[in-house]
Amino acid sequence: MNTFKGFVVKEFRQIYRDKRTLTVLFGMPVIMMILFGFAIRNEITNATIAVLDFSKDEITRAITHQLAMSNSFTLVASLENYHEVEQLFRAGKVREVVVFEHDFAGKIMRNGIADIQVITDATDPNLAGLMQHYTSRIIEDYIISVNKHQQIPVTGVIPEIRMMYNPELRSVNLFVPGLIAVILMLVSAMMTSISITREKELGNMEILLVSPLKPHHIIIGKVLPFLALSIVNVITILVLAKFVFNVPFKGSYLLFFAEASLFILTALALGVFISSAANNQQTAMMISLAGLLLPTVLLSGFIFPIASMPEILQWLSHIIPAKWFLIIVRSIMLKGGDVFMLWKETLILLAFTVGFIGLSMKKFNVRMG
Amino acid sequence: MPDKAIIAENLTRKFGDFTAVDQVSFDVEKGEIFGFLGANGAGKTTAIRILTGLLAPTSGKAFVAGLNVYTEMEKIKKSIGYMSQKFSLYDDLTVRENIRFYGGIYGLPRSILKQKTDEIIEIVGLGDAVNKRVASLPLGWKQKLAFSVSILHNPDIVFLDEPTSGVDPITRRQFWEMIYEASENGITIFVTTHYLDEAEYCDRVSIMVDGRIDALDTPAGLKKTFNADSIEEVFIRLARKEVWDERYQS
Repeated sequence: MNTFKGFVVKEFRQIYRDKRTLTVLFGMPVIMMILFGFAIRNEITNATIAVLDFSKDEITRAITHQLAMSNSFTLVASLENYHEVEQLFRAGKVREVVVFEHDFAGKIMRNGIADIQVITDATDPNLAGLMQHYTSRIIEDYIISVNKHQQIPVTGVIPEIRMMYNPELRSVNLFVPGLIAVILMLVSAMMTSISITREKELGNMEILLVSPLKPHHIIIGKVLPFLALSIVNVITILVLAKFVFNVPFKGSYLLFFAEASLFILTALALGVFISSAANNQQTAMMISLAGLLLPTVLLSGFIFPIASMPEILQWLSHIIPAKWFLIIVRSIMLKGGDVFMLWKETLILLAFTVGFIGLSMKKFNVRMG
Repeated sequence: MPDKAIIAENLTRKFGDFTAVDQVSFDVEKGEIFGFLGANGAGKTTAIRILTGLLAPTSGKAFVAGLNVYTEMEKIKKSIGYMSQKFSLYDDLTVRENIRFYGGIYGLPRSILKQKTDEIIEIVGLGDAVNKRVASLPLGWKQKLAFSVSILHNPDIVFLDEPTSGVDPITRRQFWEMIYEASENGITIFVTTHYLDEAEYCDRVSIMVDGRIDALDTPAGLKKTFNADSIEEVFIRLARKEVWDERYQS
């Protein structure tokens, strides 16, 4: 036991000595949080729009006013003809132009139908789609409110949409769980694999294996510091999320940390597994980045929704541990999910953990035998 | 298995079709300095890796410190020391921390560790450098330090895999003085080298060619048998013979 303690002390000391890596390890969660929290957003604020109003009546003015008043848009120009539309788009001055047809109010009063054209700059398709969606919501809302006072017959069904659990559609709420998964993968899996392969590369591993130290002592000794670091990182993200970005946390912290530990263990086991396949630090890093980080970012539902992926990728996403972890964490944080709601996902994650630990232990022993 | 530090009988290790160590048999006496010579790729390192438990043999028998390498590896580990070809101290730890760490994994108590640390500082001549990181030390000191660390736990046998490669002649000389001292303290030395002048310092020398031991005797005995002036000549003759045989047998 004493020999093991000495090993763990040495591991902590080496990590502590490596100031550059340490800075990255502690700085990364903060920087990523800030980047994802502030810079990458799916909601729009103050997008520039222009209006081309051929009608200039009471209703078109009211709708224009509604658009300009909304936080999403800033009205920068009122146009007179179609030529200007193209010019403005080319100059990059506006993202969207709303066109009202001639005699707009009159047509609504008479027929209950009038045309609005919404033209968007689709060089950024995501933004264009969102802007159209926002614009039509604002116009619908206005029509409905007008309907209540004057009995204008409006044809068609207007759905009432309600967003549950994240009513403001704040993307930071969605990013935080994904970010936790990514950071844990980086710190637990990548750093562990690099740390173990470094011992191999420098020839220290042989000396350790010739010593009475058991292989599982070496693995556990290597893994413990990164377990501690990962938990510190999770706490950092949670604190930032709560106090800087006001992300709600509805569920139990105990359950959250239990699930996070499970995921950390999976990642650590993956790190050990990678280190038994790689012979130098670069290889370990490349395998970790390509084999773990990319799938965690792309296939877990962190950024791209799994439901809209091709079927093959949907199947593939099942074997990404981060996918299940994301479902669990989003549920705990936003819905207040408890064990009864999440037992299935937890079991799947547990299976991954046990499987990978077994696999990595076996591989590590065989390699050294 | 009394009185012998190492016994190998028909020891063989294959990697697929390739036989790295081919039916090798030899004994090493207790307290002996046993030189293990051979060209690069002759199977020296594979043999050492088998005896230190890093590789399992394919067939044959081997006993280290009277213990069976198949069944008693855990016990063997406590009674051997190992210094590998690659440098084996931690660059980012200080000299003292390295000594404490390696002493720690062999379970040395604190009091003995402290005493040993002082001894090593004295022998290697480190002085104040003991609190410096190993990275800042010159290679010669590092090698001497690595050797001191490998016999920190007072093993029965120490395996040295090319310990002096890349070291200047003066440091090599000092290194061999340290080996002699360890040998006088009863530690059996099993050393591989490709500096053939170093072979003269050994009590007995074995020469490995293509996975087999072609010659094994005292340096004087070898020179006599092969009618040569130096071990270098013996070595070249053995290596040539191999080429000769290959050329005319096929």
